[in-house]
Amino acid sequence: MNGHPGSVKFEIELLVNDKSHHAAIRAADTLLRVLREHLGLTGAKAGCENGDCGACTVHVDGVPIKSCMMLAIEARGSRIATIEGLRNTPIQQAFVDHFAFQCGFCTPGFIMVCHALAEHRPKAGDDVIQEWLQSNICRCTSYEEIGAAIKSVLRWQG
Amino acid sequence: MISFDFQYERPESIEEAVQAFQRADSAGLEPIYYSGGTEIISMARLNLLRTGAVIDIKGIPECNVMAVRQDRFVIGSAITLTNVVEANLYPLLSETSRNVADFTNRNKITIGGNLCGKFYYREALLPFLLADSQVVLAGAGGLRQVPIDLVMNGEPRLEKGELLVQIISEARYLALPFITVKKTKQEKIDYPIVRVTGLRAAEGIRMAFSGVSEAAFRSRELEEVLNDTALPVQERIEVAIRRWPYPILNDILSSAAYRTFVLRNTLTDAMEALERRRL
Repeated sequence: MNGHPGSVKFEIELLVNDKSHHAAIRAADTLLRVLREHLGLTGAKAGCENGDCGACTVHVDGVPIKSCMMLAIEARGSRIATIEGLRNTPIQQAFVDHFAFQCGFCTPGFIMVCHALAEHRPKAGDDVIQEWLQSNICRCTSYEEIGAAIKSVLRWQG
Repeated sequence: MISFDFQYERPESIEEAVQAFQRADSAGLEPIYYSGGTEIISMARLNLLRTGAVIDIKGIPECNVMAVRQDRFVIGSAITLTNVVEANLYPLLSETSRNVADFTNRNKITIGGNLCGKFYYREALLPFLLADSQVVLAGAGGLRQVPIDLVMNGEPRLEKGELLVQIISEARYLALPFITVKKTKQEKIDYPIVRVTGLRAAEGIRMAFSGVSEAAFRSRELEEVLNDTALPVQERIEVAIRRWPYPILNDILSSAAYRTFVLRNTLTDAMEALERRRL
């Protein structure tokens, strides 16, 4: 299935949060735009759309990816998870317990990164936590609280 | 959003990729090969790049290889920087890749994209220049294997339509003493003001640089100066800076004078560290 030059759209199937979705997209549409505008999944936020802020982070085959930096068509055949797919995870409760947000715009992205970190590196030390969280920006500067939240989950798992 | 449309193809073999490029080129679509795509998406969104055809190489098996085989380290162009760091088969390459962009972006950025992109930092190139690596390129005439120095040192000089398939390095370089230092204006993950990578080989110190100029490069002339034991180290460094082969950048990250100051100090530290790690 290929797109065509011009404004031609084509149908694509995406597996998002364990559900199959169909959307008519352009090859140039980013995964972020398709999630938000075609599938109505607005949890991933359009912040910088330049790969800097991390507000649009989702999981693709379990790996945190900035959805503004991926074409939707690239994600065909992959398992995509968005913030809407997380339910009652320890990291979500930890963000509440540690007041790890203010305006909340960056929160879905941070939670997706933290959730992946807890899944992949449950014994992560400070260096690894810092390395992973460098991917995201919080303009309200809740970094201390976000750090406390992820550490509480890692301890909880350990 | 990206304001223009393009054709997308995901070939599953080198031949299909090259043919797709030729077809799109014949149709006037100005095709580009696409791997991680982060730079292409960023530039396309800002209308700094236009193309009518994107050829995604991630489905090509040869581009997804990363292994040490028969005394050769082989890495495919579609391997992500995160995978490079985690596999750690070539420690200098892993350490150099570690702070190229942030972690989540490194899950997407690939070796091929870092080497062939428009941004001139190309930090992942430096360890390959130091190891005298070879590149496997695919084009209309088939495959060719050439020294990376010939086609990448300074700036990419691939022929039109050529695809970077793999980079091959002799395994004897993988365990040599090395140093890689990145100096940035603010964050560790910013573009470098100065990136110095060095290997201590049997014949002396090898060094390659990024961020100082509008080119990522290795210079035999500079290495000759830096290895000239007839001169004190500090004098060698001054001569090397005077003979720098490209203009030193003067931009929003740093003035040329400050960059030169940082370069001098970083070279001093790097030379001392490599001396301590003598074979």
